[in-house]
Amino acid sequence: MNLLLSIALTLLRAKLKQSIVAAVGVMFSITMFVTLLGFMNGLNTLLDGLVLNRTPHVRLYNELQASPTQPIEHAWAQHTAAGADSAHHFIRSVKPKDELPRLRNAEAVMQALENDPRVLSVSPRLVAQVFFNVGTVDLNGQVNGIDVMDEIRYYQFADYLVQGDPHDLATGNNTIVLGKGLADMMETGIGDMVQVTTATGERTMLRVSGIFQSGIADYDKVQCYANIKTVQKLLTRPGSYYTDINVKLKDLLLAPAMARELSARFGVDAVDIQTANAQFETGSDVRNIISYAVGVVLLIVAGFGIYNILNMMIYEKLDAIAILKATGFSGSDVRRIFLLLSMVIGLVGGVSGLLFGFLMQNVVDSIPFITAALPTITTFPVDYNPKYYIIAVTFALLTTWIAGWFPASKASQVDPVEIIRGK
Amino acid sequence: MSSTGPIPPTTSAGSPAGKLAAPRGSNILEVRNVSKSFHDPVTVKVLKEVSLDVRRGEFVSITGKSGCGKSTLLYILSTMDTDYEGQVAIDGEPTRGLSGDRLARIRSEKIGFVFQFHYLLPEFSVLHNVMLPGLKLGKHGRAEVEHRAMERLRQFDMHDHALKSANQLSGGQKQRVAIARALINDPLIIMGDEPTGNLDSRNGAIVFDIFKQISAQHEQSLLVVTHDQDFADRTDRIIVMDDGRVVG
Repeated sequence: MNLLLSIALTLLRAKLKQSIVAAVGVMFSITMFVTLLGFMNGLNTLLDGLVLNRTPHVRLYNELQASPTQPIEHAWAQHTAAGADSAHHFIRSVKPKDELPRLRNAEAVMQALENDPRVLSVSPRLVAQVFFNVGTVDLNGQVNGIDVMDEIRYYQFADYLVQGDPHDLATGNNTIVLGKGLADMMETGIGDMVQVTTATGERTMLRVSGIFQSGIADYDKVQCYANIKTVQKLLTRPGSYYTDINVKLKDLLLAPAMARELSARFGVDAVDIQTANAQFETGSDVRNIISYAVGVVLLIVAGFGIYNILNMMIYEKLDAIAILKATGFSGSDVRRIFLLLSMVIGLVGGVSGLLFGFLMQNVVDSIPFITAALPTITTFPVDYNPKYYIIAVTFALLTTWIAGWFPASKASQVDPVEIIRGK
Repeated sequence: MSSTGPIPPTTSAGSPAGKLAAPRGSNILEVRNVSKSFHDPVTVKVLKEVSLDVRRGEFVSITGKSGCGKSTLLYILSTMDTDYEGQVAIDGEPTRGLSGDRLARIRSEKIGFVFQFHYLLPEFSVLHNVMLPGLKLGKHGRAEVEHRAMERLRQFDMHDHALKSANQLSGGQKQRVAIARALINDPLIIMGDEPTGNLDSRNGAIVFDIFKQISAQHEQSLLVVTHDQDFADRTDRIIVMDDGRVVG
């Protein structure tokens, strides 16, 4: 094999220019492949992160619903069982119970979840509808009472805070973080006081300790964050009053099954991230498919380049093939020589492609990209995942192997007698 | 001294052992009733029931008119052409029906070739050209093959050119390198297809002397196709062919 490789390399050196052109073809396609996929996936991660970072994998809550059975149905069932004609009733008199949207027995549920090995984190939430009183106008708002340290750790809360220190929110009572749109409308900044009115009429003054920007404008016009204790006080509810429990799992894919399980087990409503955000996954998938398709097409084009050059080389080297065969090299030796030749081109092109791909990723990564919707992003996002490098180099070797196989097989079948006698 | 006995198992007049599986020391090459036809565009029988033997150390030439089938016969004997009828045995081993890899191995081990054209690879140095078949056979290490290649080149007074590219040599020099390449694996038989055909008379004489020397010193057989009557006259035995048959 060593001998065959050295013959292949010598033949390659003799056709250095063409070989370089072929390798550059492979290099170019690998460079583009790596850059494209890195950029596309960086973008995917960013866009998905806009929502998914801030979204729990499973959210437990209690939804107000109309009673599924009306009292008259119970009476009717007894009536028909006694032999009366069946009939239909039109009575819809029982409205949803005047029940608080709280989760019952929330602390026990949280305790159970904490002990579940599949669960990464459990964070309670208390969501309150409020009005912000600005002069004579009341602005609609929603205050999310959060466990600030948990939110920073598992939901990247700090990344979305454009002004202020998130720890102020954790330690300070009666402090609030306003959405950027809301703060702009109220013309308030850090340290200002805002007046909040709850749905039941309670009024409280809260100090603004930060400005929050999620990148989704409508969301930022309504949403605010406060310490969960602050919101409990605002609503005059006890310390165990929670409306939501947000669960992050170790494996995102378990979410739908977990949601069903938890819903049945605790008698609450549960929604999983896949159901809540199906469109994001679809978008990512489509972008992925497009970038893979473009990358593979580039590689196939490079493969044709190698095929052409090898074919030409074999045509020019018929004499060499004939004499190698005459002096004891078998057909499979000849095939191996040309396959090795192709693989060397693929390997050199592939590895330099990875190198240039990495450089190109760095270039893309340093192009400024500033948008109001994405406060924490200053340059184009790039995913440096080594997965794409491995895929790229595997595809490069596969393509060059296939592109080399056909010419190499042709070379292995060259009849030396025909060549030698033809002279 | 061609033999007409079919093989195996019948004995032939020329070889005491008679069988194809003859022990070493008798016939290097045994050919029995070899026929070949070309079918394009019409079927032409170019070889008709050719039988012959070549003994160890024998220097044999094949002559005949152009188109009499002498080159065709040589390529069948060389194992490169496998499309024929009849039997060919090299060093006692029948070659018919062997796999391509096995035939390549036989060529590598037992046969050396010298063609009318030198067929040196211009990408390799003179020395490397000579070494290639030796490296392929793999009987000796690289250093030993290189040493032997150098010896062969020295024998033909080509050692000063060892590191040159094959392109930088004259026609006669190239042919000497090609002979050195044919000898690198100490083949049992050297086959030549008009090895002096492209050379002037002086270089042709050098090549002939080299052949004579090989045959005398190393007990290697030579089978050379030539149309040069002077060349043929000086060999041990002349096989004359006419119209696909051995006639003398």
